[in-house]
Amino acid sequence: MAVFRESVPRDLPGKMMEINWSLVLLLVLLGGAGIGMLYSVAGGDWQPWAGKHAIRFALGFVGMLVIAMFPPRFWMGVSYPIYVLALILLIGVELGGATINGSQRWLDLGPIRLQPSEIMKIAVVFALARFYHDLPVEDVSSPGGLFMPAVIIGLPAALIINQPDLGTTLLLVATGGAVIFLAGLSWKIILAGGVASAIGIPLFFQYGLQDYQRARVMTMFNPDDDPLGAGYHILQSKIALGSGGFTGKGFMEGTQSQLNFLPEKQTDFIFTILGEEFGFVGGLAVLAIYALVLANTLAIATSCKSTFLRLMTMGIATTFSLYVFINVGMVMGVLPVVGVPLPMISYGGTVMLSVLAGFGLILGAHIHRHATPPRGAGLFG
Amino acid sequence: MRADRQEQELRFTRRALMMGGGGALAFLGLGARLYSLQVLETERYQLLSDDNQFNYHMLPPSRGRVLDRFGIAIADNRDSYRVLLVPERAGDVEQALDDLSHYLPLSQSRLDRVMRAVRRGERFNAVTVQDDLDWQTFATINLHAPDLVGVTPDVGEVRSYPYGPSFAHVLGYVQTPNDNDIANDDPDAERLLRHPGFRVGKTGVEIAQEHELRGSAGALKVEVDHLGRVIRELPDQSSNPQQGQDVVLTLDTDIQRFALERLGDQSGAAVTIDVQTGELISLVSAPSFDPNLFVGGISSVNYSALRDNDHRPLFNKAIQGTYPPGSTFKAVVAAAALEHGITTPSETVRCTGSVRLGNREFHCWRRQGHGIVDLRDAVKKSCDIYFYEIAERLGIDRIHEMGRRFGLGEHFDLGIAGVASGLMPSPQWKRARRDEGWSTGDTYNTGIGQGFTLASPLQLAVMTARLASGRMVEPTLFRNAMAPPAPHIDVSDAVLEQVRDGLRAVVEEPGGTSFSLRGLGIEGVEMAGKTGTAQVYSITAEERESGVRDQEDLPWRLRDHGLFVCYAPADNPKYAVVVVIEHGGGSSAATRPARDILRRVVARDPSSRPGVFADLGSDKSGGSDGRLP
Repeated sequence: MAVFRESVPRDLPGKMMEINWSLVLLLVLLGGAGIGMLYSVAGGDWQPWAGKHAIRFALGFVGMLVIAMFPPRFWMGVSYPIYVLALILLIGVELGGATINGSQRWLDLGPIRLQPSEIMKIAVVFALARFYHDLPVEDVSSPGGLFMPAVIIGLPAALIINQPDLGTTLLLVATGGAVIFLAGLSWKIILAGGVASAIGIPLFFQYGLQDYQRARVMTMFNPDDDPLGAGYHILQSKIALGSGGFTGKGFMEGTQSQLNFLPEKQTDFIFTILGEEFGFVGGLAVLAIYALVLANTLAIATSCKSTFLRLMTMGIATTFSLYVFINVGMVMGVLPVVGVPLPMISYGGTVMLSVLAGFGLILGAHIHRHATPPRGAGLFG
Repeated sequence: MRADRQEQELRFTRRALMMGGGGALAFLGLGARLYSLQVLETERYQLLSDDNQFNYHMLPPSRGRVLDRFGIAIADNRDSYRVLLVPERAGDVEQALDDLSHYLPLSQSRLDRVMRAVRRGERFNAVTVQDDLDWQTFATINLHAPDLVGVTPDVGEVRSYPYGPSFAHVLGYVQTPNDNDIANDDPDAERLLRHPGFRVGKTGVEIAQEHELRGSAGALKVEVDHLGRVIRELPDQSSNPQQGQDVVLTLDTDIQRFALERLGDQSGAAVTIDVQTGELISLVSAPSFDPNLFVGGISSVNYSALRDNDHRPLFNKAIQGTYPPGSTFKAVVAAAALEHGITTPSETVRCTGSVRLGNREFHCWRRQGHGIVDLRDAVKKSCDIYFYEIAERLGIDRIHEMGRRFGLGEHFDLGIAGVASGLMPSPQWKRARRDEGWSTGDTYNTGIGQGFTLASPLQLAVMTARLASGRMVEPTLFRNAMAPPAPHIDVSDAVLEQVRDGLRAVVEEPGGTSFSLRGLGIEGVEMAGKTGTAQVYSITAEERESGVRDQEDLPWRLRDHGLFVCYAPADNPKYAVVVVIEHGGGSSAATRPARDILRRVVARDPSSRPGVFADLGSDKSGGSDGRLP
């Protein structure tokens, strides 16, 4: 039986032709929205956020296109090394990281401050995708096939929760879980895992969380109880969004944000500013762009021939989507305040670069969707 | 193998689409939430947003002043430099106070008081840490204010009583309202009452006229940021406070101060009244206290010193204290006797120093007796025997009725609380109160102002004013230019002239009980008066034997009260003065202070002096018109 094999572009112009420009356009729209909102939040000033955000976006954009050019064989080769490196960096943070806002997340490397947990999000996806790529499909639900992914997710999760950074830990576990699910884990085990979670999560809530984290979860349910304490952020955010109304107060006219009622408005609460100034129309438009991005990546993932590219794409897409859901859910008062940025729009260097790098990989997956790298390939194999 | 692979691909696609579907649901959920916040509930959040953005700073009204009859402010407001603390902004209140104490020493009791106020109040209500800072301290705190979280230097108004003790009992004082005051006040006023430094009247005129004096608060709309810091003010959308109204009293600051000074360290009262109008010129109770001490919260040491003083400085003796009128009441009995025709001016009674009634002996104050006395002599010399005789003939009912006509036992509404009604006894009263029949002995005692009769200095002033002017004057404390002239008293002018002639003789003729005063001391102006002694304790026979002969030999609290009522000019009465000295040991303690006050008030009023402004002086219907301030 003759197999019709679609070709994989090998030269640079050929690869350029295969870039998924609609996805690129959506990302540019998001980046532009971020620059605009940060300009507004600063009271109509490029300083201190909008200018840097634009530069980072431009650098990350170029980096994204460069990353997209690399073949999957290369990424398979560096998957485990990147994972190990990220693990080492995480341990480094544990030993000598800078403390910001009460948690150790940053690694100060002279001019660059690195947030290893951000790198780890991609590294885990890499490692899992690589692992499942090599694993015979019938072994996915075997003890050996379960043990390794558990280690791959568990090690960094333990390190990150110790920082302590609950939000990132949950993201990491959720992303890893999604990849395992997509790899074909049997429903029996999924069910068993569900039951275990139903028992384990309450126990974890009681004994595994810091007081402030527990308080944040609790205030989610009735933030109005303590409008000047822990629920303050959520309430102020809801007021800002709600007072924006259908069409918003207008660009740079958001009173809540301009008068500093919102904390960390340039990072975690940027969607609030957007909703206040552009109203329901603006908020929905941004959500629609995110939904289109997700749909696009889903189409790319299903079009890929190799397990590695499929899982990698879906893993990255999952992280990205969870960012959006958690952040927007948080500012609208349906999820607890866990300090997750809104990708592409929130101010923050590491997040911007890691998200664009992730999309570089997805764009690369699209370009190389017909590639079928063999199992067990080494870095240069 | 290939089927496997296809199977795996299909399963991946299925599961990827399941996740995609989950994502789509999540987006739908977020969109729905956004719709509910921004479209369905937008009005509610717009209101909250305005609340956040705009704040109203209360502008408390200036309290109305209290003025004396000439417009001198006797209760005023002055600027007070103070430090406020907003617990909500301070966060850690103790830390904030600790920081503040580097620039402003705070005593432990002060700290305790602030902490109590913080615990009691709402977190967002400012609490006064300290009032009345000197400029140096205030400037220092202002300089460091940016570092003192939650601490606000502020200039407020505080009540001041420039004449201190002089008007203490009349004006009362203001204090920070307690929870009770707030609960009993208009609910709309609660925010104002809780405003730091805001005070309400607690006693006297301050509480009686609270409504007029208070005014109502205005509000300044300000735009604030999340820390409550004012970004700008919006005067166009603000309302000005309605300042409190001034209240004008009939009192004369000069006479009031002089009277208090003249009473010295005695315990007593001095009331000066315009006999034609009933306007009170002075209303003094001694000893007094400084109401300014109460405004900022009096210390417990100071307060117990006032409370425990046996001269009762907190008690307003002028209107609350009641005393047997003693011989001052004889003028009323004399008027009753003539009015009822039970005696004539020429009829005489023989005073031997005592008279027997049944098995009881009733004495004259002059043990050796006055000999033959007519009504004029009896008033002039204050002969008790004469008045026993007259009283018996009159009977208690007619004495009681005449006493009431002169204002004894009557409640006068001065517009401030605590006015005592005193007592004009009657057989009905005695029956009801003591379950005993009225005896002739009771009538004897009532006839000379002893026994059950009780009158406040205010009532004695009204009695004297009605005798002097022949008008049914009512005492007034608040200036009212529109008041109609008082009607004539229901006693004939001829009778009143007879009694006044006797009262003039008391002071102006040799043999009068107050002749030693040598008159008013103003050339050409005569005065009239009547002494009185209210017995507090009867010196027993044993004490007499053991050497107690005199009032001076008794402890202070057992000595008799001294009373003197007087008016001037005798021929055209303008002013009456009543002085009561508690435990003064007899009337002589009261006569000279009363005379001095009367002289001063007459001297201040040129129209009452002959020859000067004679034309104006002819206006007998009174009012203060035509008198010089």
